[in-house]
Amino acid sequence: MVEPIFEIEIEIKNADGLHMRPAMQFVDVASKFDSEIKVSNADTVVDAKSIMQMTMLAATFGTKLTVRAEGEDAEKAAAAIRELVEVKLFDEPAGG
Amino acid sequence: MKLSDFVCVDAIVPELAAPERDKAIKELVVALEKAGKLGSTSADAVARAVIKRENEASTGIGKGVAVPHVKHKSIGGVVAAIGCSAEGMEFSSLDKQLVYSVILLLSPSDNPDKHLQAMESIFKNLQKDDFRRFLRQAQSVDQIVEILHDAEDV
Repeated sequence: MVEPIFEIEIEIKNADGLHMRPAMQFVDVASKFDSEIKVSNADTVVDAKSIMQMTMLAATFGTKLTVRAEGEDAEKAAAAIRELVEVKLFDEPAGG
Repeated sequence: MKLSDFVCVDAIVPELAAPERDKAIKELVVALEKAGKLGSTSADAVARAVIKRENEASTGIGKGVAVPHVKHKSIGGVVAAIGCSAEGMEFSSLDKQLVYSVILLLSPSDNPDKHLQAMESIFKNLQKDDFRRFLRQAQSVDQIVEILHDAEDV
């Protein structure tokens, strides 16, 4: 059976961007799901469950990232990540 | 941004005096102070800020490396120190392993984008097995400087 794939675009909205603590929160949320989750900016694709790779993205305020989840719980994973990044803003002040 | 753009050569410590997290942080901050990188703030105050940040969540991200860091208003531009310990030290790492290489990063408080670019440069290199291995094996400032110059330009 083909696994479901969900691909969404998210925007970094907290002023300080995806520094280490937000990256850790991102990894924590992604790791709750069985799906394989990849995050990419213009030229880098990383594993959303690896802190070392996520920090490498260095996504600043206003950066748009593509999240691609593949697996049984892909839709839920994508929704949870959007919630963390765009609604909760990693519990940080908004930028702009 | 390249590692050699912001790593302070005078704050490269090939063998840290004590294989303990807080002492290692202090030693690296003092090295940056001696190199004139701390502005008007004391090494004590900066080290305390780094340790406070470290206590909130460990920057020991696994595979023997840690990247303690803090944003501080007295810091003029991103600057990093590097310290190594052959013995390794406890750092509350995510993978519970000892830390052999510490890259301490200080960033100005008003330029989050610069901080992220420096982090990107650090992690793109730390990701690589060779980079981590060379850094861990290095025994002199010159060797570490050479590793930094060979490092990827990101």
